[in-house]
Amino acid sequence: MIHVRGLAKRFGTRVVLAGLDATMIGGRVTALLGPNGAGKTTFLKILLGLARADAGTVAVGDRLLDGSPEYRRQIGYMPQIARFPAHLSGRDLLGMLAALRGDDMAPDLSLADAFDLGDQFDRPLGVLSGGMRQKVNAVLAMAFRPSVLILDEPTAGLDPLACRVLKDRLLAERARGTTVLITSHVLPELEELADDVLYLDAGRAAWAGAVRELERHTGEPTLERAVARLLAGGAALAVA
Amino acid sequence: MNTILRLLVPAAREAVRGRWLLGLMIGLALLGELLLRFSGGGPTTLVSLLDVALILTPLAGLVIGTMQVHHAREVTELLLAQPIARGRLFIALYLGTALPLALALVIGLLAPFAWHGLLVGPDAWRIVALAAASGALALVTTAFAFIIALRADDRVRALGIALAVWLVAAVLWDGLILLIALGLGARPIEGPLLVMLAINPLDLARVLLLLGTDAAALLGYTGAVLQRTLGTDVGRLALGSALLLWLTVPPMVAARVFARKDF
Repeated sequence: MIHVRGLAKRFGTRVVLAGLDATMIGGRVTALLGPNGAGKTTFLKILLGLARADAGTVAVGDRLLDGSPEYRRQIGYMPQIARFPAHLSGRDLLGMLAALRGDDMAPDLSLADAFDLGDQFDRPLGVLSGGMRQKVNAVLAMAFRPSVLILDEPTAGLDPLACRVLKDRLLAERARGTTVLITSHVLPELEELADDVLYLDAGRAAWAGAVRELERHTGEPTLERAVARLLAGGAALAVA
Repeated sequence: MNTILRLLVPAAREAVRGRWLLGLMIGLALLGELLLRFSGGGPTTLVSLLDVALILTPLAGLVIGTMQVHHAREVTELLLAQPIARGRLFIALYLGTALPLALALVIGLLAPFAWHGLLVGPDAWRIVALAAASGALALVTTAFAFIIALRADDRVRALGIALAVWLVAAVLWDGLILLIALGLGARPIEGPLLVMLAINPLDLARVLLLLGTDAAALLGYTGAVLQRTLGTDVGRLALGSALLLWLTVPPMVAARVFARKDF
């Protein structure tokens, strides 16, 4: 579970998060949406410890973020652009991360098998195609059995078959109680995966609730159309 | 400690892979060899090598350090999303960049002297001191590069600032000292001179090395003034302490910037 209260962040005079309240529940997939500049990336960065909030509290699982890095043991993160050291292979990188984390359990490589990565997992990442690197990115995010998954445009660059494999895995993660937070511009894909929507506008949660509720609220039949309505109508429509 | 070592090794490997360090090391060794062949190996060789080392070392530290921070940006973000403390990651990134550079400089400077069997004997400590000073300056300037690159997210801007810092510290500073000395006229220059030297680690290293050799005599009146004002034990101690401060304060500032940075 991720629990956020009064999260605020500004860069200079620009307010990016203005008292964000949100809760993402275990066993559900939450789609993080909103117009450009709404604060989505900053929110994700604060969750990951890459940026520091000016005010507010964040709890991941049973841990309140207090500057200690230990809470990140629970998080699997898939960045949008996976720029890994070119000379390392996926397996090298996984080995390095496993050694750094000092976990007792062996990494879970079932997703690498499902992607049929084969010897691609042992080739230097610099010679792999973008899609292949994205598969490695997904494998690394899930290798340490996280209870919270944060995925930034996870299917970018993946072929339809790999997309299906990844979505099946995400649904399996949801079934085992993982909290999944996902951003994507491919809304039909989110329609298939997401249970809830967290729609940010001007640094606040302009809509937070189930996908079906949002569709009912906007009178639109699909998530894509409902989000388009929110984008067109802004926060006024969202909180109406 | 274990975590730092596990991070330091790949960071150092990445720094070495750039081939810049190898080029720098070979270039310095060839230059040393040329100087040894054509000017003997006396104080002139040392002063020439000192001038080159004190120009090249900060340039290499500032440029390689700045590039390395930006180059490692994505990996840094990947690692920061793991249960790894920022302080440890900083130490590994900083030492992983600065130590290979310092090592390349030290080996490049010492190699030709070792080849000619000049690393033994009563005068050997002079070239060893020069190599050690270059290594120390590599640590200082890499820390400055980290501060610059962490504050300036734009790669080109960061490199521009780094080059400007180098230009001021390695080239313009001496002109400024001269201007101030001229401006002071007949008034005592020891105090201002000491301050001006202390706030530029390059000058600090240069003066310390010159004071330790007979080379000060080569600088004529300036050398005599240096010898008289700073050549005492108290002067050396003051300059040495200032160099020690340079070795510790910039890395601490860089660590603080890294700890507070929003990636």
